[in-house]
Amino acid sequence: MNVWIAIALTAGGCYLVKLAGLLVPAGALERPLVQRLAALLPVALLAALTAQQTFSAGDALVLDARAAGLAAAAVALVLRAPFLVVVGAAVAVTAGVRALGW
Amino acid sequence: MAEQTAPPVIRDGTPAKPDAAVVRDALGVGVAVGLSGFAFGVTSAGSGLSILQTCVLSLLVFTGASQFALVGALAAGGNPFTAAAGAFFLGTRNAFYGLRLSQLLALPKAVRPFAAHWVIDETTAVALAQPSRRAARIGFTATGLTLYVLWNLTTFLGALGAEAIGDTAAWGLDAAGPAVFLALLAPMLKSATERATAGIAVLLGLGLLPVLPAGVPVLAAALAAPAVLWAQGRRTAPTGREKDSR
Repeated sequence: MNVWIAIALTAGGCYLVKLAGLLVPAGALERPLVQRLAALLPVALLAALTAQQTFSAGDALVLDARAAGLAAAAVALVLRAPFLVVVGAAVAVTAGVRALGW
Repeated sequence: MAEQTAPPVIRDGTPAKPDAAVVRDALGVGVAVGLSGFAFGVTSAGSGLSILQTCVLSLLVFTGASQFALVGALAAGGNPFTAAAGAFFLGTRNAFYGLRLSQLLALPKAVRPFAAHWVIDETTAVALAQPSRRAARIGFTATGLTLYVLWNLTTFLGALGAEAIGDTAAWGLDAAGPAVFLALLAPMLKSATERATAGIAVLLGLGLLPVLPAGVPVLAAALAAPAVLWAQGRRTAPTGREKDSR
């Protein structure tokens, strides 16, 4: 049930912000500070999410095979690999390192 | 209601771009990103959501980063409200895309509630890259349609696959989520401002993880954004209107 509540809230909230952008009169969100905050917010959230989903197990910090996978993804990104290759590299390296018993 | 005129990017003298070329652009983006629905389907089902829940997310939320954030937060044991809040804040950027698109596409009022569902990173990127309103409309629609169909189809197949595989972690599939986040983040790290924000957010997100309830540390990490802007504002003093960097 909790999962369905979360899904409903996310679906509703995400749809409403999309719609708000199309309906709100231009100018309301055009203040430079608002624009810059809107650009930085995803940076902060994505960085925190990347770190947490790589280095945590429950509420503990851990270093495991996912770190190697993320490093592989970073290398792929530096080499300008396509999106799917980046994700594929992370998955393959994580699986490989885990198979080695790490 | 003020009539919105065309934004400056559209000029009368711009040579027309063939519709087929616009559709080709759109299909390229739509197919590449649409296929990554596999990663979402696998991650979501591997996080313990049912196939139905996974598919409903792709059908109704349809903004990838928020979907990954939600299933990650739920898997980590976050309550539905903090989990949804993280996903919601990630989705707020779409409001700013909508603002740009409403001027560019000049959609009739009746169409907006339907078009809104497709206002995401990729459709905005393709539409903004077009030289005329006609091309922007075609680009938006073709990207949206391709991406919506493929993203939902691959979500379903990915969720089915995860159920068949069983232990998704043994296949390294738990690394797909963070890799997707990193891939979305990397192109945003353009200047010292973005890198400082990301660095502080990582420290907050990891540092607070052991002490705050699941889901809350990510929201706390979001405070890195206003904190960096505030620190920057103090250093540079009021300079009036700044140039829009986006």
